[in-house]
Amino acid sequence: MDIGELFLSALEALSLNKMRTFLAALGIVIGIGAVIALISLGQSGQMSVQSSIQSLGSNLLTVIPGSQRSGGVNTGFGGATSLTYEDAKAIASSPQITTVAAVSPELQRRAQVTTGANNTNTQIIGVTPAYETVHNISLQEGNFISTDNVDSMSKVAVIGPTTASDLFGDGTDPVGQTVRINKIAFRIIGETVSKGGTGFGNQDDLIMVPLTSAQKLLFGVDYISSIAVQAKDANDMTTAQNQIGYFLLARHHLSDPTQADFSIFSQADILGAASQVTGTFTSLLSGIAAISLLVGGIGIMNIMLVTVIERTREIGLRKALGAQANLIVAQFLIESIILTFGGGVLGMILGTTLSYIIAKVISLPFTISLSSIITAFGVSAAIGIVFGWYPARKAANLSPIEALRYE
Amino acid sequence: MATIIQASHLGKIYANDSVNTVALEDVSFSVNKGEFVAIMGPSGSGKSTLMHIIGALDKPTSGTYYIEDTEVNKLPENKLAELRNKKIGFVFQAFNLLPRTTALKNVMLPMIYAGIPKAERERRAKEMLTIVGLADRMDHTSSQLSGGQMQRVAIARALAMDPAIILADEPTGNISSVQAGEIMKIFTDLNKKGHTIIMITHEPDIAAYTKRVIQLKDGKLASDQLNGHKFYGHR
Repeated sequence: MDIGELFLSALEALSLNKMRTFLAALGIVIGIGAVIALISLGQSGQMSVQSSIQSLGSNLLTVIPGSQRSGGVNTGFGGATSLTYEDAKAIASSPQITTVAAVSPELQRRAQVTTGANNTNTQIIGVTPAYETVHNISLQEGNFISTDNVDSMSKVAVIGPTTASDLFGDGTDPVGQTVRINKIAFRIIGETVSKGGTGFGNQDDLIMVPLTSAQKLLFGVDYISSIAVQAKDANDMTTAQNQIGYFLLARHHLSDPTQADFSIFSQADILGAASQVTGTFTSLLSGIAAISLLVGGIGIMNIMLVTVIERTREIGLRKALGAQANLIVAQFLIESIILTFGGGVLGMILGTTLSYIIAKVISLPFTISLSSIITAFGVSAAIGIVFGWYPARKAANLSPIEALRYE
Repeated sequence: MATIIQASHLGKIYANDSVNTVALEDVSFSVNKGEFVAIMGPSGSGKSTLMHIIGALDKPTSGTYYIEDTEVNKLPENKLAELRNKKIGFVFQAFNLLPRTTALKNVMLPMIYAGIPKAERERRAKEMLTIVGLADRMDHTSSQLSGGQMQRVAIARALAMDPAIILADEPTGNISSVQAGEIMKIFTDLNKKGHTIIMITHEPDIAAYTKRVIQLKDGKLASDQLNGHKFYGHR
């Protein structure tokens, strides 16, 4: 009896009891499908967070005010008012700071914005022209805020596409229209190109106005909420961080770095922290996937055990008719290989389709990793084969009399 | 006449924990080619044990057992399987057909294990099914056949390898008396064509179809005599 013959008789045996075959395969399909879908979604989430952090700008350092100890009172992270527009200007013009390409002082607040018909609550950012380069802003129409606008405290605004459609509806050209921010009328002079980010750091739902207008006209403050600094080169990040740090310490008349009333962190820091979060998330999903793999595996194991036990009499008969034990084991082994591989392929298709659909529905980028496919496939195949082989070997080694008597 | 089975002083003891059960004790007989033998005895007489030994499904704990020139008790498991395949055609009380499988494929099964090519398997299976009168039922599965028809499929399967012995274990035990008569007629016809048949039964009217009756009692040979008034053989 050659391998082709064995293969055919295994296929025949599988097709004789379609329900049993279907149930066995289903366990494998679900096991593999779930693992692939879960791992793929975890990785998609991670990618999405990384790309939205990267879309904030490249080689970026962020200076935020914070943690000034005055008389033993910690004013809290980011809550201080110790950074000013002048600090930003000084960083940009200082001869000691050699590694900086652009400096963008920013003041961020949320405010109510109205047009004649609509209103929305969105993010208002006071900016200087440097914002455009530092944050990779491109305009689909109109102009960005100019130095003149900043110097003369102009009531002009650049609007993000999401805010534009919230306020004016789709298809209406926002440039030239007027919006009221905190009841003050601003003329829209430009609209940005969508960056496509969602949730965290959405770059499409905002209105940019000249920094001075934001400070004096809208919010009545003289500090800024952050300074974004673009280093000339990715390798200059650490140098830039040090140069800016010591420069600001001196400017704020502080001698000890532990007393600094500001913090500087790089995009890499944010990325690192975010990766850690999403990494945990992926591990969690992988854990769930591993459990579903285990459950799927136990399902495969049970159905294989039951299948073989149910067929003990058949095994006895085959032995009585002259089948050698190793032929019987080979037949059951081939049956379980066909089952696990067939189920595995279906599971791969199911898992991929499922993660594709979910990624589309919750607008994540779709990725699938080879390693997750290999792991899912390998584990279920191993379980299926071992638990197809083991009871078959046991039954094949029974004496034919005992096997035939089995009820 | 050629001797097909030669059993000498067969004994079988089942060791169960500390209790030894003697199932067979000092059973000797021989069967020649072309004989039709019934092995009879009440339940517990050891006839099933003897049948298992004759069928090479089990080994005696003492004595020797030859099928043709092969000493069966010395064979390893794989050789036993081969021997069963080539020399013995089993007919069981419970038919033991593969479920959901056609009559034709059931008859082909032992030939698969003998490595006979598919076309030849199919040709021979059809021939055997025709012999037992099931030429028109080849594609029926066992659930579509009556008990008597299933047993005829089993006989066709037993014939497929043209074995030295057809070994039937209570072949009429699960079927109606009318069908039992048909089955016994098939056996009688096969015997007339030269097949050697050994049949286990406890029904005297079934044993009456055979030419020789071996009686077992308490694991021992109680009698071994020719059936009826017909003169048979040299004994």
